[in-house]
Amino acid sequence: MLGSAIIVFRETLEAALIIGIIAAATRAVPSRKSWILVGIGSGILGSLIVASLTGRIAEMAEGTGQELFNAGILGLAALMLAWHNIWMARHGAQMARDAKQLGQDVASGNREMSALALVVALAILREGSETALFLYGLIRGGEEGLVAVAGGGAIGLALGVAAGYGLYAGFLRIPVRLFFSTTSGLVLLLAAAMASQMARFLVQADLLPSLMDPLWDSSWLLDNASLAGRVLHTLVGYEALPSGIQAVFYLATVLLIVTGMRFAHVRPPQVSTSS
Amino acid sequence: MKPYLPLLCLLPFATWAADGEFSLAIRNHRFEPAEVRVPAGQKVKLVVHNQDGTPEEFESHELNREKLIAPDTRASIYIGPLKPGRYPFFGEFNEKTARGAVIAE
Repeated sequence: MLGSAIIVFRETLEAALIIGIIAAATRAVPSRKSWILVGIGSGILGSLIVASLTGRIAEMAEGTGQELFNAGILGLAALMLAWHNIWMARHGAQMARDAKQLGQDVASGNREMSALALVVALAILREGSETALFLYGLIRGGEEGLVAVAGGGAIGLALGVAAGYGLYAGFLRIPVRLFFSTTSGLVLLLAAAMASQMARFLVQADLLPSLMDPLWDSSWLLDNASLAGRVLHTLVGYEALPSGIQAVFYLATVLLIVTGMRFAHVRPPQVSTSS
Repeated sequence: MKPYLPLLCLLPFATWAADGEFSLAIRNHRFEPAEVRVPAGQKVKLVVHNQDGTPEEFESHELNREKLIAPDTRASIYIGPLKPGRYPFFGEFNEKTARGAVIAE
C-alpha cells in the first residue's frame, strides 16, 4: 500500500504542479475551468491508451520509440507554453487593468485555453501512463491485494492533487501588480524545463550528442531523487547532473520566448485608461 | 518544434554508432547481472531484457536516464561517454530488489 502511495504521489505531483501553474496563470481567462477539465479528462483517457501500447511504442524507430514519443510530447507542450507567454505579453496588461473588456475577448481566450488544455493533457499523459503501468504491474504481480493497491493509489493521488492546489492557492495570494510577471516567469521556466528534458530523451535515443556530460554535479547539494529535487525539476528544470545539450536547449528556449514576448508586447491604447 | 529546427538540422552529423553493446536481464524484479562493466570514455548501448510478466522502469539519477520497459520486451538505452566510476541504477517499480550499477573503467 505504501509503495503504490509513494509512486502515485511522485507521478501525480509533477502533473499537479504543472496544472497548478496553468490554472493560476489563466485565472483571468473566461471558460478556463471547463478547458482545464477537458485537458484532465483527455489526459487520463490518453494515458490509459498509451500505457496499453507501451511495448509497441517502445519497439518503433529501432527501439527508440519511447524516447521520440516523450521528446515529441515535451516539445509540443513547451511550444504551447511559449505561445501562451507571447499571447499574454500582448493581452495580459489589458486584462489586469480592465476586467470588463474580457467578455469581448472570449474567442481569443478560447483559442488560448485550448493550447493550455493541451499542455494539461500532455502532462497527465506522460505521468499517467507510467502510473497506470506501475499499478497494473502491482496487481498483476499479485503481491498486494487490489484493495491495498487502490487505497495506496488514492492516497498518493490525493496528496499530489493537494500539492498542486496548494501551489495554485499560493499564487492567488500574489498581488495583482506582480501576478502576471510572476506567472509568466514561471511558465517561461516550465517551458525551458520541458525543452531540457526533451534534449535528454534525444540523447538517450542517440539522436543528439550530450556535449559535456555531466556539465556539473550538484547532487551533493540537492539530489534529483529528493522531494525538493523533484519539485524543482518539474517547475524550473533543476538537474543535479545535466548534460551540456540540456543547458543549450534550456537557454535557447528562454531566449526565444523572451524575444517573442518583447516583440509581441504592444503599448496599450490611451483611451482605455481614461474610462 | 520551431525553436529547435536549427538544432535538428544538425542531427545527421551528430549520430554515430555506439562502440559497444551490453546486455542485462530483469528476472523476478532483479537485474542480472547486477553489475555491468563498460569501458570508460566511450558511448555504449545497454540492452535490458525484461523477462518478468510486469512492466519495469529503468532509472538512474547518476546516469541521468529513465526508460519504461514493457513485460517480455528489450529496451535499448544509450549511455556515456562516462568517466571511470560506479553509476547505480534501479527499477523504479520494484525499488527494493531491482538494484544494480554500471561500472565504467
